[in-house]
Amino acid sequence: MALSGMRGLSVFISEIRGCQNKEQERLRVDKELGNIRTRFKNEKGLTPYEKKKYVWKMLYIFMLGYDVDFGHMEAVSLISAPKYPEKQVGYLVTSCLLNENHDFLRLAINTIRNDIIGRNETFQCLALTLVGNIGGREFAESLAPDVQKLLISSSCRPLVKKKAALCLLRLFRKNPDVVNVDGWSDRMAQLLDERNLGVLTSSMSLFVSLVSNNHEAYWSCLPKCVKVLEILARNQDVPQEYTYYGIPSPWLQVKTMRALQYFPTIEDPNTRRALFEVLQRVLMGTDVVKNVNKNNASHAVLFEALALVMHLDAEKEMMSQCVALLGKFIAVREPNIRYLGLENMTRMLMVTDVQEIIKRHQAQIITSLKDPDISIRRRALDLLYAMCDVSNAKDIVEELLQYLGTAEFTMREELALKAAILAEKFAPDLSWYVDVILQLIDKAGDFVSDDIWFRVVQFVTNNEDLQPYAALKAREYLDKPAIHETMMKVSAYLLGEYSHLLSRRPGCSPKEIFGIIHEKLPTVSTPTISILLSSYAKILMHSQPPDPELQNQIWAIFSKYETSIDAEIQQRAVEYFALSKKGAALIDILAEMPKFPERESSLIKRAEDTEADTAELSAIKSRAQQQASNALVVTDQQPANHPLQVTQLAMVKIPSINEENNHVDQEVTQTNGSLGEGEPQNGDIFGDLLSPLAIEGPPGVSGTETLSEDGALALAPIGEQENAVKPIVDIAEIFHALCVKDSGVLYEDPYVQIGIKAEWRGHQGRLVLFLGNKTTSSLDSVQAVILSPSHLKLELSSVPEVIPPRAQVQCPLEVVNLRPSRDVAVLDFSYKFGTSLVDNKLRLPAVLNKFFQPITLSAEEFFPQWRTLAAPPLKLQEVVRGVRPMSLGEMANLLNSLKLIVSPGLDPNANNLVASTTFYSESTRSMLCLVRIETDPADRTQLRMTVASGDPTLTFELKELIKEQLISIPTASRPPVHQQPQPTTQPISSSDPGALLAGLL
Amino acid sequence: MIHFVLLISRQGKVRLTKWYSPYSQKERSKVIRELSGMILSRGPKLCNFVEWRGFKVVYKRYASLYFCMCINQEDNELEVLEIIHHYVEILDRYFGSVCELDLIFNFHKAYYILDEVLIAGELQESSKKTVARLVAAQDSLVDAAKEEAASISNIIAQATK
Repeated sequence: MALSGMRGLSVFISEIRGCQNKEQERLRVDKELGNIRTRFKNEKGLTPYEKKKYVWKMLYIFMLGYDVDFGHMEAVSLISAPKYPEKQVGYLVTSCLLNENHDFLRLAINTIRNDIIGRNETFQCLALTLVGNIGGREFAESLAPDVQKLLISSSCRPLVKKKAALCLLRLFRKNPDVVNVDGWSDRMAQLLDERNLGVLTSSMSLFVSLVSNNHEAYWSCLPKCVKVLEILARNQDVPQEYTYYGIPSPWLQVKTMRALQYFPTIEDPNTRRALFEVLQRVLMGTDVVKNVNKNNASHAVLFEALALVMHLDAEKEMMSQCVALLGKFIAVREPNIRYLGLENMTRMLMVTDVQEIIKRHQAQIITSLKDPDISIRRRALDLLYAMCDVSNAKDIVEELLQYLGTAEFTMREELALKAAILAEKFAPDLSWYVDVILQLIDKAGDFVSDDIWFRVVQFVTNNEDLQPYAALKAREYLDKPAIHETMMKVSAYLLGEYSHLLSRRPGCSPKEIFGIIHEKLPTVSTPTISILLSSYAKILMHSQPPDPELQNQIWAIFSKYETSIDAEIQQRAVEYFALSKKGAALIDILAEMPKFPERESSLIKRAEDTEADTAELSAIKSRAQQQASNALVVTDQQPANHPLQVTQLAMVKIPSINEENNHVDQEVTQTNGSLGEGEPQNGDIFGDLLSPLAIEGPPGVSGTETLSEDGALALAPIGEQENAVKPIVDIAEIFHALCVKDSGVLYEDPYVQIGIKAEWRGHQGRLVLFLGNKTTSSLDSVQAVILSPSHLKLELSSVPEVIPPRAQVQCPLEVVNLRPSRDVAVLDFSYKFGTSLVDNKLRLPAVLNKFFQPITLSAEEFFPQWRTLAAPPLKLQEVVRGVRPMSLGEMANLLNSLKLIVSPGLDPNANNLVASTTFYSESTRSMLCLVRIETDPADRTQLRMTVASGDPTLTFELKELIKEQLISIPTASRPPVHQQPQPTTQPISSSDPGALLAGLL
Repeated sequence: MIHFVLLISRQGKVRLTKWYSPYSQKERSKVIRELSGMILSRGPKLCNFVEWRGFKVVYKRYASLYFCMCINQEDNELEVLEIIHHYVEILDRYFGSVCELDLIFNFHKAYYILDEVLIAGELQESSKKTVARLVAAQDSLVDAAKEEAASISNIIAQATK
């Protein structure tokens, strides 16, 4: 066994290796750290050897990921040791333990400077290496001139010079304002004449950094770079040790070509000719060979040459050669080359007009979308998106839809958005567009944001020919046994508006349409119920002559929801009920929605906002502009042609979303539950759909004041959020959805998206929060704090303070359930956007039913248990009134979704349901829970519920949980456990997590 | 630019880490956790690049060890892949067919050698011979100091006998 040459260190490493588990390892590390700490405390007795040994141990421990919060001083002090062995250790360990932000480094600056300006070459090397690896601002301020002096000194040997070049590169890259490089073009030109290829490689890296900052100053160096390339390409006088698998320093070739890409063009014809000869030689002369390393090295050069050709926009002849090469690459077996072929094709699309040539490879690219390697699939997706136009949109979008079914979770949202954008941009006909979006919702409803379905509604409304088709499609989707909530929304809307166009078809009479929509009502969330109510009103209006039976049915529903706890639903029910009694007036008021004014697509706008800098999009945009005549256009409509408009009613509940430039008056109207668009033309992301659908009528009519003064809307005001940035999802709605599923989006606004994924095992759970920055700049001051109720133990791993642009970070959250309780944990998430602090308090779906595990019991198992748990407090019974009407089957589904598994046929009475589950917490361990619900077929709004378990608190909490679900009060603030339950507790508005929090505390 | 270098064993054990961009210790652990999750689970016939947090990680497996380097999206992937191989060849020459155990017990040597190959996340020297010469020179400096110390302590020992 090769040992470290330090016995103590080797023994320690062996012991760490021998640890059976992480816990043992931690104990061993803690012991060692304790030992080192004591030894360091009386430093006097420490020999240099011991000191070295201990700082190595510290580094080893630190490398394993443990915090080492002492001993930095000892490591730094070794730097000033007089002898090489100690100094070497000091420099290396310091550069690993500390980073540029560390205060301790300041202590060492003087020593380091002395080493740099001193005469000892080996000390110079050590010092330059440290500064090159971790040097920060203060180093740049005090050392840059010395490093520059070394770099241009004629007496400085190559081993020092190359380190000085990279050291300066670091200082310049980090703080270009501090390092003075005025007049450095001459120096740089001299450095590029260097014969030692090691020094030249380092100098070329420095040069790349300098030209990337300011190419104007370095024109004189351009011919030198071409000269370097010529020498390497001809393999003239290249020492053997600088060829790599027969290729003259591939790294230097790549760097030189990279440097040339920072010059906009090459004007001197001779230089240009020389360069193109080299490039031609690289493009033509690179063969695929057996040896992997040779292949990689030669292709590294080749791909850089391709990039340079693209950049210099060479004669078309060379460009088509490039495309041909790339076409070959995307079909080879070697996955690296395939990956790079796809990546470079996408880049090429951005810089030149090679669309038509690349289209020839479409079939191959689509094949890559099914590659086993996710890295390659991502590249293929990007390329397909970039190369899409009217001619191939149909094929590409259909491929994307197909892929959506099998794609990784992490790719779905991007896929869905890209498919939606392409479908809209390049649709050959409108019915296809509708098909695509409906399929998209069907396959990936969770990943389809509201604006996507708003856009479909807009198109259908504006294109009469499309209306019967869209309605029919919506009707077809409703036949499916399980459909996504978003599909429910769009179907209900379309059928409400246009189902009368289908009435001659079988199964499409108003009554049947109503029946099939209403069947789904128990399964949908509150905002969707409002849409359904509007659909009912529209169906009622369209059924002429009136069908008394249908009328009675719908009236019954309206009158039931007149007392709904949800303000929006209540208002709609009351108003529709009153309107529907008005006979002829109803027809005017509920007439079809007028056409929407032409607008820029919110989707494309959103994509532009978030991806403004990606050239892919700009490429697609420019092509879209050329082909504008083919793209979907929302036809303009004169509002004057529609006198009905003023009284038209909204069908879509307006989500409480707005862009950052939210206006106060809008907020006021929002508090009344129905939003009037104050400035309909302001081009809000969602403005295009919202304004014409708003309840008080057409754009331009100032409904705002009348509405806010309208005393009739005496609805509970919604607490206002003070955030300047509004979520673009209904936080309450998704929280409720997440209570019965384990992954999805928890929060989203224009800049940030928080996804959540959970796994539950017994009384423990592991949640992962996915914090995604949607913008192209970093998010700062990100903070996530968990406010946990007493019954949960929550441990959130650290959340980085900064999320880089377009990056997603994962933060695991460990949950332990101590006791049964319905209290909810809250995530206080804040970040800074620009100058404003955005702060949201989000409920976490770590709710009671997550700690259930389904269990099915037979009659023999159930009844003995049921009888054992005989009386309160273990068994509680309550008559629940105000239950939302649902069939027995729906109620069974509801219970099953909570993991309370219904055992059919266990109860002899067919009107009753019996369900069971196992609950896990630390205090109760696993505990059986039994539930029996006795319904009254004559009155669906009331039932008797009996709940039993071996723990009184659990019984109570479970009873309350089921009750909440049955009467559908969104999880509300409520009195502490063990007080008398209040069935109609104050509802908490969806957009007010603050109040919710207050309720919790 | 290379932001960091990681050597991770097939079991997910860290063998060497070198960070050229500032990361806190917490971030480092997280990065390692995330990347080992992504990279160790990849099959053998896939490409050597994974896309991660807007960066690219170029990796290559040698026996039981994964060498990973994180670069910017626009950097040349193959060039970095061969930097990995270049480093491995130098290690191999230094240790004489290097194995994981060599790197575990001589992690400090692996660091010294890396410092001769990369500075500031950029390639410093592409000649294996030159690197070998410089590392040997360092070793002899250390040895010389050791001998000197030994002889001094001998002198002292003899003088105080």
